[in-house]
Amino acid sequence: MKTESANGNGNVVLRADDVWKSYDDGAITVLKGADFEVTAGQTVALCGPSGCGKSTLLHLFGGLDEPDRGRVSVNGTEINRHSNLLRLLRHEVGFVFQLHNLIPDLTLEENCLIPTVAAGTDQRSAQARLRHLTDRTGLSHRRDQRIQKLSGGERQRTALCRALMNKPKILLADEPTGSLDEQTSATVFELLLDIVATEGVTLVMATHDRGLAARCDRLLEMHEGRIDESVSVR
Amino acid sequence: MIFLKLIVTNLRRHRIRSFISVAGIAFSVAAMLTVVTILQGAIGMFSGILSSDSEIIVFERNVSDLFFSNVPAAAVEEIGGWPMVRHADPVLFGVVSSADHPIITCFGVTAEDARIRKATWVAGDRLDFAQHADDVVLGERAAEFLSAKLGDHVPIGHGVFHVIGILKTANGFEDGGVFMPLTSAQSFFHKEGTSSVITIKLRNKDDAAGFKARVKASFPNLIGLEDQEFTRSYSQFKILKATAWAVGGCGLILGGLGVANTMIMSVFTRIREIAILRVNGFSNMQLAGVIFGESALVSIIGALAGLSIGICFLYMLKLVPALHGYVDVTIEPAILLIVILLALLTGVAGALYPAFYAMRVRAVEALRFE
Repeated sequence: MKTESANGNGNVVLRADDVWKSYDDGAITVLKGADFEVTAGQTVALCGPSGCGKSTLLHLFGGLDEPDRGRVSVNGTEINRHSNLLRLLRHEVGFVFQLHNLIPDLTLEENCLIPTVAAGTDQRSAQARLRHLTDRTGLSHRRDQRIQKLSGGERQRTALCRALMNKPKILLADEPTGSLDEQTSATVFELLLDIVATEGVTLVMATHDRGLAARCDRLLEMHEGRIDESVSVR
Repeated sequence: MIFLKLIVTNLRRHRIRSFISVAGIAFSVAAMLTVVTILQGAIGMFSGILSSDSEIIVFERNVSDLFFSNVPAAAVEEIGGWPMVRHADPVLFGVVSSADHPIITCFGVTAEDARIRKATWVAGDRLDFAQHADDVVLGERAAEFLSAKLGDHVPIGHGVFHVIGILKTANGFEDGGVFMPLTSAQSFFHKEGTSSVITIKLRNKDDAAGFKARVKASFPNLIGLEDQEFTRSYSQFKILKATAWAVGGCGLILGGLGVANTMIMSVFTRIREIAILRVNGFSNMQLAGVIFGESALVSIIGALAGLSIGICFLYMLKLVPALHGYVDVTIEPAILLIVILLALLTGVAGALYPAFYAMRVRAVEALRFE
């Protein structure tokens, strides 16, 4: 069952309730009771200094890590249980990282097909989806190229294609343009916003770039492991 | 296809390491195949000696080695008279040495024995066999290494014998052996009135069970076994087989350790890749599949290469004159299958820990710290 958001503006797809997370046996506490929720179709930017917990929060939403305390839920389902993780990673969330995290020896096409192999998607549907996404991202002519031969912008667009292959409802982007120059960064971000809007995907993005962040529906400032709702911009 | 590519990619990425692993399995398989085939061949040849024109072998019950078996002449005479028996041939085995040859197998046989009757006589006449006590017939290879020809007198053990014939057989043991008249052999080996075994040819093969039961009833200290039963149950053969598989198995374990080492290195050097697969929805089983697939591929390529090397090596051994008749390159399909399965099993076993390690990789840590 979907949860209605507090302000009644739509379905809540991501929710963090009093989430705490520490590392090194509690020596470093990164999240100190983070609370927030994201409704379907929103684009949300998480800003804040390095180490404030942006990436950690994204990892928790993606099921890559578990909170020490509190609840993290995706589409109304608490996800920090192992039985949900595979479904979550295969069908509900897609990840884009700062360092693209593609497998260098494989081609663009092969990298993009990895999530479909994991999910057991039939080849015809996977190829059709890949054609659609590479057309959208202008990578159709580069499909057979190995990752080493792609430029930084092309790699990040490839990572975007891969993240969207299984039609996830939520895209978690961790500094997606952080390793690109200003012009390429703007192009890739434009594309990212365009695709999430057309596909109806909810975007949660960690970024240092306030210019890019300002173009999202909401900008949340993270400070000392908490989210400051007061600086939401839209 | 992507799955296969993920498996192959890593092997291609570290070509030398992959090659060493494949070579480790290949040489282990080649060693196992060679040792097992040679020993199987040797067992086959020894069985062949016993089963020359016979179906059943009678020998002393509970002896560990046929060389220690004593079958009294009275038993030979009585069994030879049973109606179901076409012929009963006593054979006495002995081992002697000569100047340059530490082991020469001697066969004490009668003139009617199939080995004498059916062999190809290269020199001499079989009708001359057993006319004199010091007469011997040499196998062709024995004549070669003893540098003896027809009419020569050759020192064998503590005696000197007159060569009255040279015969050729397909059996390496017989070809490298010395045939003596039974009575001469009994005297020479101090076993008067006994033989090591009786080889039995029945009038009707269906009488085998009845024959064995009658042996048991009439001579409680003797046992009659059909040739295949004997090959299966003879303790010396069992020891040889076990030794062959143990030696081959040790080789394979070494090969498996090589695979394990490769796979551990493979997992350690692709932690980030494993994390990427995990983030993209790969399950533990799928990750393990990539690791096991890689080790299985190494094992299969290694096994095929090893079989090729082993077979070539066996054929080369067969061409060595000194080993003529000793190496039988008849590779049983069952042995091929067992060797391939063992290689595969070794590879999979070698990948157990690496796969377990890969399944425990936490994507978030691998992506954060690498």
